[in-house]
Amino acid sequence: MVKQEREIGNRPDNTAFTQQRLPAWQPMLSAGIVIPGFVLIGLAFIGIGVALFVTSRSIQVLEMDYTGVEPTSPCFRCSDPDVKNCVCNLAFNIDTLFKGPVFFYYGLSNYFQNYRKYSVSKDDDQLSGDLDNFESPSDTCSPYETVGSVPIVPCGSIANSMFNDTFKLYQIVNGNEKLVPFDGKGIAWWTDYNVKYRNPSVTPLKNAFNNTVKPISWPKPAYELDTSDAANNGFINQDFLVWMRTAALPDFRKLYRRITEGDYAKGLPAGNYTLKIAYNYPVLSFQGRKMVVFSNVSWMGGKNEFLGIAYLVVGSMCVFMSIVMLIVYAKFKFPEED
Amino acid sequence: MDFTQLRNIISRYCVGEEIWVDSRTVYIGHKEPPPGAEAYIPQRYPDNRIVSSKYTFWNFIPKNLFEQFRRIANFYFLVIFLVQLIIDTPTSPVTSGLPLFFVITVTAIKQGYEDWLRHKADCSINECPVDVVQQGKVVRTQSHKLRVGDIVVVREDETFPCDLILLSSSRHDGTCYVTTTSLDGESSHKTYYAVQDTLAFRTEQEVDSLHATIECEQPQPDLYKFVGRINIYKDKEEPVARPLGAENLLLRGATLKNTQHIYAVAVYTGMETKMALNYQSKSQKRSAVEKSMNAFLIVYLFILISKAVINTVLKYAWQWSPDRDEPWYNHRTENERQRHVVIRAFTDFLAFMVLFNYIIPVSMYVTVEMQKFLGSYFITWDEEMFDEELGEGAQVNTSDLNEELGQVEYVFTDKTGTLTENNMEFIECCVDGNVYIPHAICNGQILSAASSIDMIDSSPGGYRREHEDLFFRALCLCHTVQVKEEETVESIKRGIHQGKPTSFYISSSPDEVALVEGMKRLGYTYLRLKDNYMEILNKDDEIERFELLHVLNFDSVRRRMSVIVKSSSGEYLLFCKGADSSIFPRVVSGKVEQVKARVELNAVEGLRTLCVAYRKLSESDYQEACHHLNEAKLALQDREQRLAQAYDIIERDFVLLGATAVEDRLQEKAADTIESLHKAGMKVWVLTGDKMETAAATCYASKLFRRSTQILELTKKRTEEQSLHDVLFELNRTVIRQRSMSGLSVDCLDFGLIIDGATLSAVLKANQEGAGSGNYREIFLDICRNCSAVLCCRMAPLQKAQIVKLIKASKEHPITLAIGDGANDVSMILEAHVGIGIMGKEGRQAARNSDYAIPKFKHLKKMLLIHGHYYYIRIAELVQYFFYKNVCFIFPQFLYQFFCGFSQQPLYDTAYLTLYNISFTSLPILLYSLVEQHVTIETLKRDPSLYRGISKNSLLRWPVFLYWTCLGVFDAVIFFFGAYFLFDNTTFTSNGQLMTTNTQMMFGNWTFGTLVFTVLVFTVTLKLALDTHHWTWINHFVIWGSLLFYVIFSLLWGGIIWPFLNYQRMYYVFMQMLSSGPAWLSIILLITVSLLPDVIKKVLCRAMCPTAIERAQPHLPVKQAPP
Repeated sequence: MVKQEREIGNRPDNTAFTQQRLPAWQPMLSAGIVIPGFVLIGLAFIGIGVALFVTSRSIQVLEMDYTGVEPTSPCFRCSDPDVKNCVCNLAFNIDTLFKGPVFFYYGLSNYFQNYRKYSVSKDDDQLSGDLDNFESPSDTCSPYETVGSVPIVPCGSIANSMFNDTFKLYQIVNGNEKLVPFDGKGIAWWTDYNVKYRNPSVTPLKNAFNNTVKPISWPKPAYELDTSDAANNGFINQDFLVWMRTAALPDFRKLYRRITEGDYAKGLPAGNYTLKIAYNYPVLSFQGRKMVVFSNVSWMGGKNEFLGIAYLVVGSMCVFMSIVMLIVYAKFKFPEED
Repeated sequence: MDFTQLRNIISRYCVGEEIWVDSRTVYIGHKEPPPGAEAYIPQRYPDNRIVSSKYTFWNFIPKNLFEQFRRIANFYFLVIFLVQLIIDTPTSPVTSGLPLFFVITVTAIKQGYEDWLRHKADCSINECPVDVVQQGKVVRTQSHKLRVGDIVVVREDETFPCDLILLSSSRHDGTCYVTTTSLDGESSHKTYYAVQDTLAFRTEQEVDSLHATIECEQPQPDLYKFVGRINIYKDKEEPVARPLGAENLLLRGATLKNTQHIYAVAVYTGMETKMALNYQSKSQKRSAVEKSMNAFLIVYLFILISKAVINTVLKYAWQWSPDRDEPWYNHRTENERQRHVVIRAFTDFLAFMVLFNYIIPVSMYVTVEMQKFLGSYFITWDEEMFDEELGEGAQVNTSDLNEELGQVEYVFTDKTGTLTENNMEFIECCVDGNVYIPHAICNGQILSAASSIDMIDSSPGGYRREHEDLFFRALCLCHTVQVKEEETVESIKRGIHQGKPTSFYISSSPDEVALVEGMKRLGYTYLRLKDNYMEILNKDDEIERFELLHVLNFDSVRRRMSVIVKSSSGEYLLFCKGADSSIFPRVVSGKVEQVKARVELNAVEGLRTLCVAYRKLSESDYQEACHHLNEAKLALQDREQRLAQAYDIIERDFVLLGATAVEDRLQEKAADTIESLHKAGMKVWVLTGDKMETAAATCYASKLFRRSTQILELTKKRTEEQSLHDVLFELNRTVIRQRSMSGLSVDCLDFGLIIDGATLSAVLKANQEGAGSGNYREIFLDICRNCSAVLCCRMAPLQKAQIVKLIKASKEHPITLAIGDGANDVSMILEAHVGIGIMGKEGRQAARNSDYAIPKFKHLKKMLLIHGHYYYIRIAELVQYFFYKNVCFIFPQFLYQFFCGFSQQPLYDTAYLTLYNISFTSLPILLYSLVEQHVTIETLKRDPSLYRGISKNSLLRWPVFLYWTCLGVFDAVIFFFGAYFLFDNTTFTSNGQLMTTNTQMMFGNWTFGTLVFTVLVFTVTLKLALDTHHWTWINHFVIWGSLLFYVIFSLLWGGIIWPFLNYQRMYYVFMQMLSSGPAWLSIILLITVSLLPDVIKKVLCRAMCPTAIERAQPHLPVKQAPP
């Protein structure tokens, strides 16, 4: 009796899992699947690629360097670091209608916003409006943590190095300069503006910044960033938010304004334009470049020929490989058929 | 070997002392010996506490941590973690600390739990009650309080609490029966004996009055060896000394049976008992896969270091110009400026190491271990390997070698009990050349055994008659068989006449049972052993009684056993039975030629033969023999040797009586299994102690040798004619000639080699001497390499291990497997790469010492061809895939350094860095490595040659490894530069319609990393999906499940402001990315491009040079592709 019980106890379960006999689908990368698959994928990719390429082609981009390295450049005068409050005028003309909405970007190159020490040099708690961190900023902000013993708000290298060139665009209509209205709202991430960055709940905002100093390179304190719009100040200033989202690569562009209003809602008409640049930001010391970019967008974002070309190349490669495979299979007599 | 030699040398130099160095003196009942004897030296022995646990409550944490960090991988991660803590590194210490903590904690919990179970088991053992005799009374105490010298009372069915010397038992003859099932698995009852002088004690008082000491050797682990001496002091006389052997020693763990109670004295307690000494773990075997894994790890460590060095050097080269070194927007702190440049460079190097350290995955070891541990359950669960008769399935004693089962090139198998059933059946016997065959059942009618004898020869002459009587009596007396259930003479008589099996014989040797049962069928029934009298029932239903005087036990060196009995007429008779080779040289008369002819005939038929001889002893002969035996038995040192000498003196001048033949049937499907192993490219060697003819017959029956096989003999017989040198060279020439010929002809002849123990040792010895006559070992190996099957007969157990070692050490370093069932196979099981034990009839020793134990030889086929094959491809993929996915993971980070000024900026967020190996990509590969079946079980069974496809570690060779690594680098380059071109110089924006109307927003560096990471996770998971041939619901669940988990985790991780984090860099990054059309398009593109080369390679390889395995895979009919 005891032995019988033992036998039953020891007997392994006869289930599909324990006996490794679970029902299974056994796909095989055979020619019958792969060749038509490749052709289908290839055709689909070529289709997408053509669509992307055409779309990308239709996007207009106007890109202008205004660093002022060459003596002929209008901003050459301003590129001297000793010159203060310099304004230079960049004149250009547009042949055909630049379809709206037009996006206006500034770009920097050879600028390492992704430098490790740089990209951590901020205090997220401070930027979310925590007054404790106004008094004692996080160590990560060093060396822009304090001046003497007075804390810097907003602290850190990123905030300190905020881009501070300003732009005004005029269309020359009958020899007169007509201001093209810029829309500076909603250029930053909605979540950054509404959730992640918060001003301390102190009114007026200025009081929250008592016993702090502005970042060393800033001409104005944070609560006076936008004198025209009181809600666009402090940490939720759109330009500040755009700057605080550090770029991935050393050559980058950041959105400055959109042109969506008034006469220019449909785009920039053909004509002559002057861009008035308040030139403040030094880049020559590290061989950097500054530029402005006008661009419009499509359903797939900005101009991006790479993606379309890549799709076309990969698609044609798939088709090509399927032909190669077909030849190989024909030559090697379809071993699967035996 | 060396150690004993050393000991002998030492003992030679300190004669006189040495006897006592290795022995201990036990004072029975803690009583001092009478004055005048030796001085009473109370000795300290450990108490009887069994400690199998490793840790205590207090030392668990430090000791366990120490044990774990001794592993090189854990130590490496600890160092990385500490570096992260000390210096300012790109990733937070959490990224490596958390996985390490996880791994360490899981391991610690597992080990802690196991240890807790051991503690509980120890406790229940240590606290179980034991009865001890103190001052003439029985006192109950706890087991762990027992001391050496205590007198213990053990009752029926109780387990012995420590190693005891039997003093007396409730049986009058001073014997007791014991089963050692829990020690060695033998279920037969063994008899243990009390010393003559003490067996008369009946009560506690009597036992307590005993005044004696025991001298015995210090504890040693051999269960079957014990040497000691008891000195009994009686009334101021000279002490009486009696020898003690293994037959007096009751082992802890064994159980008392069929005996009411015994008195015994403790000699070894606690951790010194033989059972505890046998707990010691065996040496670790490492599989070939593990070795390749370690080699790959070293390569990756090298890659890691060179990556860090390259980046450090480039960093300082790049920073040479000061505007790059410290642009105005990114000033250093004062501290950093003051630091010396060498220190800065070193810190940078460490930081790069930390950044790239994930290339050596912390989780790989855990996954591999889990795979092995969980995977081994499939072996124990396998119903096909379950044996109804035994009621047991396969056992896994170590799961470290699962994949080695798929790599076996040489199989060394024992014959008896492994290839054969070890279920002996008496076939015939021959007395002086006349053959007797028992026919219990003839034409459906039961005939009496006597009549069947008469059918052969009905007119026995006087001389014949005498020999016949002696022969049958010899077989009835010369054995160590026990009768399980004693029964009345009447019922036996009735049973015999009705032809029913009535009595059950038990013995450690199945041959003996078969012989005694065969005798019963021939009319001579062994009844029992009572009070040293053996009783047999002869053909005329009369009981004959013989006094059993001495048993000269069987051993594998002498290959014979003898008994000395005194017949009722007062004659002293020595009966001996044994192998022909050990009997014939000692025979002086008898019909040697006829018997020899019959023996050889039987041997050729594959029967096991034994010869029987006897010798009449005169009174003086007997006294002399007694003297020799007692002297040898009393010796404390070298007792074995002295006994052998005594046996040698006594066992000679025999008169040959006859021979017996016993059949050992082949195991079910043994031939089929061997054929499959051959087809799978394995070389099968049979190593046996049996004689050549018998073994060769078995080999033919089991299809190891086929008719077409050309047999090469390398036996003593041949080397006696020619010199070993000539024979070897001649064989070698034959083999080489044949090989060159078979190169031309299609049907190649295969060779089988037969070698015997003596020749083998000559071959090996010649080499040891060295220079002289050339290197025999190499020639021998060369011959063996060309033989598909080798039979080694007349092998001593140690020689079996030597053969295995020889092959292991040959220049190809093949993977060896040894399979056997008996204690004599243990040495080769331990020596081979994989040791498999058969749960056989000769006890469980082989199964206990093996890596895997299976019930039958036929199960080897499933074990190797199916389980082994699967485990190998599973673990190979696991190892390669792990390295691949970590190259994919880390190489983009390396590339990113070129675009962030070598500032050690991590590409991925901390959470991604931490969880990549732990959760996003761990389960699919683990489950793959548990359930993958690249071909079906049926196909593997049908076509054993598929096993060749994975031989020689083919999936883990360097070219394959290189392919995987290159694929990883290629994928990494695609991920990184794909994302790079999308970000660089383009307005890669989202049109963010989900967020607010028509906003165009810039993506930062974290979006860049997240994009790369998303492509990475999808690609490596889909790569595994491409490699999966066997999609069960589990695979679907984990592959799609972990992708889904990644998406859900990312949504969650980015969807909430996590209050415990001091940065919120991932906030909404993932969602923003997904709200952008180009991001979707590029993810799809990059995944496709990354997978494309692998798909193309697979398809082309399949078409152009399909492997046997690929051919065997099921496939769909080929359709013409649309144009």
